[in-house]
Amino acid sequence: MATYLEFIQQNEERDGVRFSWNVWPSSRLEATRMVVPLACLFTPLKERPDLPPVQYEPVLCSRPTCKACNVDVPALIELFPSFQFPPAYGGISEVNQPAELMPQFSTIEYMIQRGAQSPLIFLYVVDTCLEEDDLQALKESLQMSLSLLPPDALVGLITFGRMVQVHELSCEGISKSYVFRGTKDLTAKQIQDMLGLTKPAMPMQQARPAQPQEHPFVSSRFLQPVHKIDMNLTDLLGELQRDPWPVTQGKRPLRSTGVALSIAVGLLEGTFPNTGARIMLFTGGPPTQGPGMVVGDELKIPIRSWHDIEKDNARFMKKATKHYEMLANRTAANGHCIDIYACALDQTGLLEMKCCANLTGGYMVMGDSFNTSLFKQTFQRIFTKDFNGDFRMAFGATLDVKTSRELKIAGAIGPCVSLNVKGPCVSENELGVGGTSQWKICGLDLTSTLGIYFEVVNQHNAPIPQGGRGAIQFVTHYQHSSTQRRIRVTTIARNWADAQTQLRHIEAAFDQEAAAVLMARLGVFRAESEEGPDVLRWLDRQLIRLCQKFGQYNKEDPASFRLSDSFSLYPQFMFHLRRSPFLQVFNNSPDESSYYRHHFARQDLTQSLIMIQPILYSYSFHGPPEPVLLDSSSILADRILLMDTFFQIVIYLGETIAQWRKAGYQDMPEYENFKHLLQAPLDDAQEILQARFPMPRYINTEHGGSQARFLLSKVNPSQTHNNLYAWGQETGAPILTDDVSLQVFMDHLKKLAVSSAC
Amino acid sequence: MNVNQSIPPVPPFGQPQPVYPGYHQSSYSGQSGSTAPAIPYGAYNGPVPGYQQTPPQGISRAPPSSGAPPASTAQAACGQVAYGQFGQGDVQNGPSSAVQMQRLPGSQPFGSTLAPVGSQPAVLQPYGPPPTSAQVTAQLAGMQISSAVVPAPPSSGLGYGPPTSLASASGSFPNSGLYGSYPQGQASPVSQAQGHPGIQTPQRSAPSQASSFTPPASGGPRLPSMTGPLLPGQGFGGPSVSQPNHVSSPPPQALPPGTQMTGPLGPPPPMHSLQQPGYQPQQNGSFGSARGPQPNYGSPYPAAPTFGSQPGPPQPLPPKRLDPDAIPSPIQVIEDDRNNRGTEPFVTGVRGQVPPLVTTNFLVKDQGNASPRYIRCTSYNIPCTSDMAKQAQVPLAAVIKPLATLPPDEASPYVVDHGESGPLRCNRCKAYMCPFMQFIEGGRRFQCCFCSCINDVPPQYFQHLDHTGKRVDAYDRPELSLGSYEFLATVDYCKVREGKWLLSFPSPFFFPSPPAFIFMIDVSYNAIRTGLVRLLCEELKSLLDFLPREGGAEESAIRVGFVTYNKVLHFYNVKSSLAQPQMMVVSDVADMFVPLLDGFLVNVNESRAVITSLLDQIPEMFADTRETETVFVPVIQAGMEALKAAECAGKLFLFHTSLPIAEAPGKLKNRDDRKLINTDKEKTLFQPQTGAYQTLAKECVAQGCCIDLFLFPNQYVDVATLSVVPQLTGGSVYKYACFQVENDQERFLSDLRRDVQKVVGFDAVMRVRTSTGIRAVDFFGAFYMSNTTDVELAGLDGDKTVTVEFKHDDRLNEESGALLQCALLYTSCAGQRRLRIHNLALNCCTQLADLYRNCETDTLINYMAKFAYRGVLNSPVKAVRDTLITQCAQILACYRKNCASPSSAGQLILPECMKLLPVYLNCVLKSDVLQPGAEVTTDDRAYVRQLVTSMDVAETNVFFYPRLLPLTKSPIESTTEPTAVRASEERLSNGDIYLLENGLNLFLWVGASVQQGVVQSLFSVSSFSQITSGLSVLPVLDNPLSKKVRGLIDSLRAQRSRYMKLIVVKQEDKLEMLFKHFLVEDKSLSGGASYVDFLCHMHKEIRQLLS
Repeated sequence: MATYLEFIQQNEERDGVRFSWNVWPSSRLEATRMVVPLACLFTPLKERPDLPPVQYEPVLCSRPTCKACNVDVPALIELFPSFQFPPAYGGISEVNQPAELMPQFSTIEYMIQRGAQSPLIFLYVVDTCLEEDDLQALKESLQMSLSLLPPDALVGLITFGRMVQVHELSCEGISKSYVFRGTKDLTAKQIQDMLGLTKPAMPMQQARPAQPQEHPFVSSRFLQPVHKIDMNLTDLLGELQRDPWPVTQGKRPLRSTGVALSIAVGLLEGTFPNTGARIMLFTGGPPTQGPGMVVGDELKIPIRSWHDIEKDNARFMKKATKHYEMLANRTAANGHCIDIYACALDQTGLLEMKCCANLTGGYMVMGDSFNTSLFKQTFQRIFTKDFNGDFRMAFGATLDVKTSRELKIAGAIGPCVSLNVKGPCVSENELGVGGTSQWKICGLDLTSTLGIYFEVVNQHNAPIPQGGRGAIQFVTHYQHSSTQRRIRVTTIARNWADAQTQLRHIEAAFDQEAAAVLMARLGVFRAESEEGPDVLRWLDRQLIRLCQKFGQYNKEDPASFRLSDSFSLYPQFMFHLRRSPFLQVFNNSPDESSYYRHHFARQDLTQSLIMIQPILYSYSFHGPPEPVLLDSSSILADRILLMDTFFQIVIYLGETIAQWRKAGYQDMPEYENFKHLLQAPLDDAQEILQARFPMPRYINTEHGGSQARFLLSKVNPSQTHNNLYAWGQETGAPILTDDVSLQVFMDHLKKLAVSSAC
Repeated sequence: MNVNQSIPPVPPFGQPQPVYPGYHQSSYSGQSGSTAPAIPYGAYNGPVPGYQQTPPQGISRAPPSSGAPPASTAQAACGQVAYGQFGQGDVQNGPSSAVQMQRLPGSQPFGSTLAPVGSQPAVLQPYGPPPTSAQVTAQLAGMQISSAVVPAPPSSGLGYGPPTSLASASGSFPNSGLYGSYPQGQASPVSQAQGHPGIQTPQRSAPSQASSFTPPASGGPRLPSMTGPLLPGQGFGGPSVSQPNHVSSPPPQALPPGTQMTGPLGPPPPMHSLQQPGYQPQQNGSFGSARGPQPNYGSPYPAAPTFGSQPGPPQPLPPKRLDPDAIPSPIQVIEDDRNNRGTEPFVTGVRGQVPPLVTTNFLVKDQGNASPRYIRCTSYNIPCTSDMAKQAQVPLAAVIKPLATLPPDEASPYVVDHGESGPLRCNRCKAYMCPFMQFIEGGRRFQCCFCSCINDVPPQYFQHLDHTGKRVDAYDRPELSLGSYEFLATVDYCKVREGKWLLSFPSPFFFPSPPAFIFMIDVSYNAIRTGLVRLLCEELKSLLDFLPREGGAEESAIRVGFVTYNKVLHFYNVKSSLAQPQMMVVSDVADMFVPLLDGFLVNVNESRAVITSLLDQIPEMFADTRETETVFVPVIQAGMEALKAAECAGKLFLFHTSLPIAEAPGKLKNRDDRKLINTDKEKTLFQPQTGAYQTLAKECVAQGCCIDLFLFPNQYVDVATLSVVPQLTGGSVYKYACFQVENDQERFLSDLRRDVQKVVGFDAVMRVRTSTGIRAVDFFGAFYMSNTTDVELAGLDGDKTVTVEFKHDDRLNEESGALLQCALLYTSCAGQRRLRIHNLALNCCTQLADLYRNCETDTLINYMAKFAYRGVLNSPVKAVRDTLITQCAQILACYRKNCASPSSAGQLILPECMKLLPVYLNCVLKSDVLQPGAEVTTDDRAYVRQLVTSMDVAETNVFFYPRLLPLTKSPIESTTEPTAVRASEERLSNGDIYLLENGLNLFLWVGASVQQGVVQSLFSVSSFSQITSGLSVLPVLDNPLSKKVRGLIDSLRAQRSRYMKLIVVKQEDKLEMLFKHFLVEDKSLSGGASYVDFLCHMHKEIRQLLS
């Protein structure tokens, strides 16, 4: 390994792991002084085309308290001195070495043959209070999706509006559904009783033979294999009507999302607990009645805004949130996940419902209408397959983290819930979801990433011998989309270093990108429960402390302040993070905030960085496309800009370019190069669009266009109406904002870092 | 279409609106044609020929019976076990001995007064003439009764214990002439002569003669012969005389009775004697004048005297038994009324006219008062003061059937449209314009006939008066010249207008939308297993084409919906645009709601394909169901909510099989407990288990949601509770215990067709206004009342009756009489809001005699039965029965005291109009509700109780006193209905076949010695023994007898609102017990008194009151 950069990259490629520190401070005290905690971003299902699954089961350390999987044995033996080879390894020879004993297999995937395989389950929960064309589009998408599902997957359909209907799919000649009032919350037991899922366990009934035979039938009345009811369901979807109950003027339609979800959860809970299942909620508006209602049906009362929430004016929010949290927890407990596809111009209550997706690892997709390519393609993309022809999704995973004894686990942030497994390696200090060494991730895809935080517990006075290594093992049990149970084991070892003597090493091994994302996750996590300004202050303080610790400066001399290469970008990330919608709620609805945060908490490092600091490419006649600073000075008249914020792809034509295009030069053969120039960003955008999930909002605008605001709000406002004339030159575009620019931010940072006051 | 035919040209006004009439008869009830003939009773005593034939049976029986004399002391002769026990044994026992014995007594009289006896049958007629109209004095001397007891010995000999038997025996005598039974015993010769397989010639001969009515001759000779047999008989008959409960006054001495008898008899006897010879008994019927009854009385007397006189002779004890033929006979009364009043149309123009009996077929011409088909009163002459009313104790009540179906030759009420201004009403009491309103001041004002308020006539309604003070246009306006008519209601009647109208209208709609029918089908295991669901679905497919429609409308405006349920509910979306029906299951029965709006209630024609598909699939879908539990309240709730959501009134047809034990509101438990009978807690059996049902019913009424309930129970279903909602919403309950498709299909389908097709008014409110002085105070029927004046009916059909009781609150005026106006606001089946008005003027009297002269016993019984049946909800049954008896006694005592000419206290004198009161009342007292037999289930009692609550007079009449029709007595060619015989076992002859109907049940009783030919032609089997007992269908055979009998059965069914299932009962078969239950003049197994006994008891009560 030549540089740390390469090392980091290689590690990420191989194990899906990015640590904030790649050389670990060897004592607790030093570790806390490092400001940025020892943590990693872990992508459990990191796509590994080269990794052949091993067909046997993992071998465990024989010590009952350990149970680490014996991957990367050489390292392990070193790290876990007590590791005992199970007897099975008696006949190991150099020639016939099992994979775990080869060092390059720090990640191994086992396939487990035991246990009944149960098919995947997709339960559609569809809102029928939609506009006609929206519903039509949604119906088509759903019908299309049937052809994408594995033939043996089970599908179910629940529709809701004023009432909730659970459709029975196996009936011939008549379509059957169970109907529930949309205003009444029901317990899982009630739901199952009402759906006839419980066996009629009435003692009074005399022996009724042949009952057991019936059971499998009962449970699958609502969930049928796609191949069996393909036609039926297609017809059924085709016949879906808008909610027939009249909606009077000035009212919202009555939408029973809360009950519908509750029933979906209850249905799966009763029939297929602990089996991979997706509840896919398609909704076109806020829940307006029953448990989980977010807003009343009076149109004149608007749905809550951040302002209302701050003023404690959102009367339904707490109750609704509680309802959905309860559902989410139950769902997670059963190993199912909930996707939310919310398409509406106004808010749909994602704020309240977010936990359903967040806690269960489900997707959250927000769009303006089901009749947009954004939704259609996003939805389609869920069912894309990997090179093996498998879906890029997995279910019901548990992530078990084991550490060598100098480390403890502080917590995790990501689409997971705690399994509350206390153990010796669990820290008392919680960062994120803590207090456990195991988490459940009910739904994950190949990029789902958790931030996992550790604590060094080694005492200063008990130094680790030179060259000692610390080890962490991630064991992920999950249900592969092929319905196989699999276990993926990743074992990581890093060197310890004494921070006093070897600070250089540690500094050099700092992964500022990972650190930025990890810190951002912490910040966003806090923002969910704390006031925005507090979080910002906390972030600032951390940044200042980091600068104080690792900057080189003379006291009280801001001008002397320097940061080494491995830290140089970090402050800039923090600057953009502060401005990001993850922490700033201004100009965002609560739903949007929830949506952004949801994705931030599950995407891998690359995507997360894009979210924090969007990428800006410039296309011009001056040279090949190049990335440029995310700065207002980059907005020039003769350029085409392509900005990727993860959620949006913006193509912005500079003033001149726009005029040219207006004049139609691109159509003239002699200006073919202009045509190419115009085409280039489009092609690149397409490429991004193809790969991204969820589909970003695609914006094609030009200088002066209303949509240009997406670009203008993101760039560093180096030029504003305040300083424009002072600068006096005509480069870039002034931004009408009072926000501080990066320059001002950095100046302040330096000043504070070098100040001895804090 | 029948519809068209229904328009008779009678009235002068515009065209009558055909509206309701013909409808139902159309298509469905294939019997439409047959209905017409049903009525033709004609006056016929047809029996003549019959007699002679009948006797033979007796003969045939005798031998066998005698052979097997199971009866204890009874003579073997009694032969028929059954009979024997009943004490009537005499009849047949008769074979020789018994009968004769009894006869003797009778016969002796012959000698003297004889004429009567022998003649009795005949007698009836002769008397006819003499008729002293007003008061026939029926005398049952208590004495006699008692005396009867004395004589018991002979009877006892018979083994039939109770005196009754004796009585009957004696009764039978005379009857013999008329009825088969008699003759058997005695009439040997004759009978034989008539082709009976003469078996015991000797004995018979004598009797037969008697039957032949050559009284004198027979008298002489017979005696001896009679005696012969008698003696032995007596020997047997220990003196043991079990007296019926009622037999009261034992003291009587033979003599006194005799005397008493004579008193009254005095007049008649002569007549008898004179005429008898001339007339033949058979002719009675035809001759009988209006006063048929009197003759009867006469007869007994004669007998009595004879006894007295001849006690010495043969058998000293000649029973002083009350002669059954001597006591008022319902049959005779009915026949007489038929003959006297059935021919002329009943014109309603005159105030206070007593209409013909309900059993009489007559035509009504509306000339200002409502037809008796709409309103019948207990009395058409009301006492002026409450004191008088109290003294008489005669309930003042009207039985109102506002939407009664009229025969095709009477016009249905005209519909008057007053445009936007709406009907003209009195400003003060809100009575509607009617013929009794008095126009004054040249027509500018009118005085309300109810409250005397003077109102202005609106300009557009003004019309000049003629010299008599009548409006010139009186005959052009139905509301000025007719007793019944309809107004089109205006918008004001369509919405709630608090305080503005006296009627409050529960309907929340501005204009009501057309009503809806929702079919709610139980699909639990029981319903599927019995084949009910399949049958029903199949039937509905075609039945839906016959929903009621308005007038000439091409298709019905009524929308339909479907729900099936077990312990959850399944709603169906049958919207026409769907390729296949959609089923929506609602399991949340605790909190019912309607899961869909659009597509639940649909037009039949538009959604036909989907509906058919649905009905095809329902039986399949649930074919394998194992669900046995059902719910009930949520089902109705669902239907009601559906109507509410659709903003219309309507009707739910609920097909239900079992006690709703599933966890849901209105869950019931089995609380059937026969031990409660005859305790103070017995009333709880009639009360609903929980209040949930009443609450629900209230909501239903508010919504105009009427429920018709079809029950198919295998066991106890708690009818008392389940019927609460139908009852309070004006619906009907049908019950088919142990339903099996093979056996009950026809009955159920027929009821269903009729029920679905019948014209219904929805969301109705009825108000009865009266002229100052009396006031409607109490109401009986199937409806709900939220205040004291408005009868709210979610639905009202042509069969439902409301009985209203009036009380005085002031003095009435003899001149102006008393007026009733019944106003019914309802929504027609096309969704039109209408007001139907019925007016009736009654006389007022200051003399009690006038009251008693204008009473109607049938109506009185209707009221009393309803009163009693409601009473059992709150009081012990015994108390209720006692109340009835006391009231009856008071009524009669008051008459005796105030109206009858002075006579001996031992004489029972009944008012002519009420002479049947005791017999009918006894029937009420013996009915299943008030005195249940061991085999009557709690459900049956509750069922009957609620049925009676909304019965009209004709229904209660036949229900309490069933009709017993001899089938083989009249010549086969005769096309008229045979004349009924009295409901007593002794009237049955074992060589005959009888039909018995009471509006709910239909029995075909086959005597044991019926001719083979008859058996063959009716049942297509070769002998009596091969007839299947319990058979419910007669084979269709192509011979006159079979055709006639089946025709008669069809016509009987057509007359009743419910299909009567036929049960063939063979004499001496197990089933006969069931049959005998309906022979109401006899003592019943459950302890009910025989007619004679009850009469005695009544007499005693009266005497006590008088003394």
